[in-house]
Amino acid sequence: MSKAWTFEDNLNTDEIIPGRFNITIDPLELAKNVFCEIKPDYAKNVKPGDVIVGGQNFGCGSSREHAPIAIKGSQAKCVIAASYARIFFRNAVNIGLPILECPEAAADITEGDDVDVNLATGEIFNRTNGHQYQARPLPEFVLKIAEAGGIVNFLKEHDIQELMK
Amino acid sequence: MGTLIEEIFSRKAGRPVRAGEILLLDVDYIMSHDNTTPLAIKAFRDIGKPIHDKNRIVLHLDHAYPAPNVLAAENHRKIIDFVREQELPHFHHQGVCHQVMIEEGYITPGAIVIGADSHSNTYGAMGAFGAGLGSTEIAVAWVTGKCWFKVPETIRIELTGKAQSGVYAKDVMIYIAGMMGMDGGTYRSVEFGGDYIENLPMNERIVFPNMSTEIGAKCGLIAADEVTLEYLRTQTPAQGTYEMIRPVNPRYERVIQIDVSQLAPQVSCHPDVDHVKPLEEVVGLDVHEVYIGTCTNARYEDIEIVANMLKGKKVNPFTRVIVTPASERIYKKAMKNGLIEILLEAGCTVTGTGCGACIGRHGGILAAGERALTTMNRNFIGRMGSPQAEIYLASPATAAATALAGKIADPRKIGEQESGN
Repeated sequence: MSKAWTFEDNLNTDEIIPGRFNITIDPLELAKNVFCEIKPDYAKNVKPGDVIVGGQNFGCGSSREHAPIAIKGSQAKCVIAASYARIFFRNAVNIGLPILECPEAAADITEGDDVDVNLATGEIFNRTNGHQYQARPLPEFVLKIAEAGGIVNFLKEHDIQELMK
Repeated sequence: MGTLIEEIFSRKAGRPVRAGEILLLDVDYIMSHDNTTPLAIKAFRDIGKPIHDKNRIVLHLDHAYPAPNVLAAENHRKIIDFVREQELPHFHHQGVCHQVMIEEGYITPGAIVIGADSHSNTYGAMGAFGAGLGSTEIAVAWVTGKCWFKVPETIRIELTGKAQSGVYAKDVMIYIAGMMGMDGGTYRSVEFGGDYIENLPMNERIVFPNMSTEIGAKCGLIAADEVTLEYLRTQTPAQGTYEMIRPVNPRYERVIQIDVSQLAPQVSCHPDVDHVKPLEEVVGLDVHEVYIGTCTNARYEDIEIVANMLKGKKVNPFTRVIVTPASERIYKKAMKNGLIEILLEAGCTVTGTGCGACIGRHGGILAAGERALTTMNRNFIGRMGSPQAEIYLASPATAAATALAGKIADPRKIGEQESGN
């Protein structure tokens, strides 16, 4: 099963990973303290493939990439939120953390629900209550970055101009 | 034709652009600091391509400088080695990155500057586009000289009237944050204008774009005018000719009018920047630390306000009062003009420049159960140390009044006592 871990609106980067832990860029080290103040049991109990579910303005605050890296490092499959703070959105795309925008799922999913996500189609299925949701489509150039597994990998193979073609 | 951001982006794109378009634009400067550069270096190595233009890269050590622990020192080492290896010409460690970017003349009207720091919005005070991004995109810009942007819709905030005595730009911006909320400007360009803004000096203007980050804005902009150009000519090495780009028949998503003359001093209360109350409502709360620093409010004029209020007095002995000038240039001027001595005589601790206590690494960390009143822009839980501490945000004047009382205090009342009322 893929367990849903739910978070409030305006979840900020300090709540994802407090600034004092950002002395490392190792995803697994960061993951040890991810959500440590607001959900102290997360880091211990998260299973690979679990799903983070946020509300509005997910990831607001600092520009620190440590926040999406810490989530990715915890082996969560993806984030589903009603909306994202803009730098978090860019950072998640760039480092290859899958993020889905779906207000309906964000409002309906409760902590502990068993949630199945198809990243390719954006379909989200809540096995616990039987509800199905459809995430918003991502812009084409964002999909290009996602397909490459992040912007670094994209640039290894392509010129930056190809993003816009 | 367009909003200020459409006008700025149109000049860079070489054609008229409209909100909603996605552009790949050349960037003028690419800023990062000791917190974000190590990750950028890692991404740069992973990409495996050479730097596009060394002159556009500006690196700072400010977030944990001087190093408070071994890991921070290792980060600095990594960055210094990289600067030498790549022979990068723009390397600074004389204060908070955003202040130094402005002082050193990197930020000019119409420039496009990206920074691996969320408060890169600050550059909008000079009529430049400034926006925060993550480290990986900084590395991408190092090797390509470019960055993608979606042209944002614009919210215009029209500020009119003259502020009452004791009310500063910080109070007005805190009021705006309370009114709009933390996501009130998400993905938007927030344009600050009106006769209140036009009459403000540069040091006060900077507060608005700086804290546009706190309402989620992509950028916060103030159109360049004579005040901007005069500042560049007299205070920075930027001695070129700059166009005063202005909005032309703009279509705004929303226009908000605020009569500044009606506002009292404001405070952002624990635990959210948009949890805003008029100062009167929180006067009297015990304060264990007053921190005057950061890219928001530690310029010379801010320190001058504080020094004028503390002159010949003593701060509360049980409240730690810490002053961290935003840059060495500010520090030197404050020293030359006797402000540092006044602060020390009053019982303040004056630290070296940098981000200091604002990110909870060093220079004023809070214990559980403590309350700080600071001139910072952000009061997230745990930001200054213990997650059981509370952070209140206010103007330098409110901070100085609070430092004297050891409780949140009204700077207007301190003035009254002095004049014998």
